[in-house]
Amino acid sequence: MTIEVKNLVKIFGSFKALDGVDLTVDSGELLALLGPSGSGKTTLLRIIAGLDWPDAGEVSFNGEDALAQGARERHVGFVFQHYALFRHMSVFENVAFGLRVQPRAVRKDEATIRARVKELLDLVQLDWLADRYPSQLSGGQRQRIALARALAIEPRILLLDEPFGALDAKVRKELRKWLRSLHHEINVTSIFVTHDQEEALEVANRVVVMDKGRIEQIGSPDDVYETPATAFVHGFIGESIELPVRVEGGVVSLNGRPLRLAAEGLTLGASKLFVRRHDMLVGPPGSGAFEGAVQHVRNCGPVQRAEVALSGGETIEIDAPRDRELRAGDTIGLNPRRYRIFAG
Amino acid sequence: MTMQIADSVSLSSPEAKARAHAAAARNNLRTEPRAVRVTIISLAIAFLTVFVVMPLVLVFAQAFSKGIMAYITALAEPEALAAIKLTLLVAAISVTLNLVFGLVAAWAIAKFDFPGKTFLITLIDLPFSVSPVISGLVFVLLFGAQGYFGSWLRDHDIQILFAVPGIALATTFVTFPFVARALIPLMQEQGTQEEEAAISLGASGLQTFFRVTLPNIKWGVLYGVLLCNARAMGEFGAVSVVSGHVRGETNTMPLLVEILYDEYQFVAAFAIASLLAMLALITLVAKTVLERRLDGGEDRDH
Repeated sequence: MTIEVKNLVKIFGSFKALDGVDLTVDSGELLALLGPSGSGKTTLLRIIAGLDWPDAGEVSFNGEDALAQGARERHVGFVFQHYALFRHMSVFENVAFGLRVQPRAVRKDEATIRARVKELLDLVQLDWLADRYPSQLSGGQRQRIALARALAIEPRILLLDEPFGALDAKVRKELRKWLRSLHHEINVTSIFVTHDQEEALEVANRVVVMDKGRIEQIGSPDDVYETPATAFVHGFIGESIELPVRVEGGVVSLNGRPLRLAAEGLTLGASKLFVRRHDMLVGPPGSGAFEGAVQHVRNCGPVQRAEVALSGGETIEIDAPRDRELRAGDTIGLNPRRYRIFAG
Repeated sequence: MTMQIADSVSLSSPEAKARAHAAAARNNLRTEPRAVRVTIISLAIAFLTVFVVMPLVLVFAQAFSKGIMAYITALAEPEALAAIKLTLLVAAISVTLNLVFGLVAAWAIAKFDFPGKTFLITLIDLPFSVSPVISGLVFVLLFGAQGYFGSWLRDHDIQILFAVPGIALATTFVTFPFVARALIPLMQEQGTQEEEAAISLGASGLQTFFRVTLPNIKWGVLYGVLLCNARAMGEFGAVSVVSGHVRGETNTMPLLVEILYDEYQFVAAFAIASLLAMLALITLVAKTVLERRLDGGEDRDH
């Protein structure tokens, strides 16, 4: 099932939640909508599900107009951030719900429903919880039951709204891997919303980065990380150093001092220079594009995180390998291994 | 780590003493001296005895003052039986109406956003803030002989005032906040996600309501119905205005109690009053049970 979204606009009062969004999702894809809160990603997901209606634009499934159908007719599996399990029903009845509410003409008999629910509970590896109630389950278990419930109706599309947002870090990591292998197994077109970049990069085939109701970049996890299309994407994904620079006639300068950085003869005026923290290489003073004094050093697992006051007046944080120890008070040279400059 | 543990072990006994002192001081802060405590508790008990327990006991003492036979005879009077029947009928009508109204109003307010929502919430509380006598008078103004619909009703030979419909209407008006009030906060807290989940799973509106919404609020519904019923059976002011006090026809139990008392038929008056008192006691017990259910049934997700 391919999903096509054209020029979607949604306004809540004076707030533009979606501001002209175009997106095509290929059949069988696992797509991540990534962005900060308020970027419109959940609104987009809810409109695709039929839980919200756009003020303008089109949504089509395999070329047919989805907006002509209600949520009920779209056959979309939706997994909510807070699970939304039916609290008065057992796990078994939760999963069976979608099968039991089908119109009488197409409803399966009880034995078929039981077999199907059993199959789904096996799929999410929780068949031993069938008689429990949602309040007796852990967060991770609830989320897997919510997924089994959504899959019961054999959805054409699976939508997940911050599926792991309410879980603790360890469970979240396990479920990520599990979701990816589950998607591999059932291969239904899936979109999940997240504000966690690591989650998006690790799980999805393609990542859509959103901000302020617009799509900033669509690409593979490698694309959005290695070649961010906009200043926002660079700043949002990965830990970046952001410096306000000027670019005139191929010369990049920070606070009026030219830096030894190539800018291919460009003139952009006021710009932003982005460097990943770990791409800032430490060398002896005078060796790099920047000079600075180390203010403060902390060890963060495999790297040492140093606060460096640049001679231009800015203070930045870098992640340096721990083979050469930095000390507060050291004067060092810094050279970016890779960097990107965005106008504006 | 090991150093810290060793430290705390070697310090443990003096530290424990200091901690015990600190705890005692803290307890003293929160606990009044014994004399003050005894005085306050005695005052509270004395007050409750005089103002709550004694009246309740007196109702039953008076009712049974001429023996159990007199009590039963008083209740078996045709006038008493008629009042009991009328009260039950009126309560049944107004509870049913308010159940439907309360469900619809709470559903609309908790699950949807629409202009005038705050106004509707305020309007629901109106019967609580208006004196019941005025509630009754409003119906006289509407349906009375000189009233707004009075002549039309007379032309069509429809009797509302001084008859069952008028009593039921006044009672319904006075008791209509109970169910809605019990449900609105409950439904607001539960949100709309379960309903959204149900619809995305293919459930129709009715299926969603009966399979998801209603089971989630059933204890709240019972709670509202219980309070609504208690008030409907006990309502005096509004009913007194619209009833007309036709003996054996339009007297509800509270009205009959007053009439019998005015006629110095104390045993009969208190016999009926004792029924209302029992209703109150049963309501209290049921209310306690339901409140426990409502607390226990709360969502523990968040």
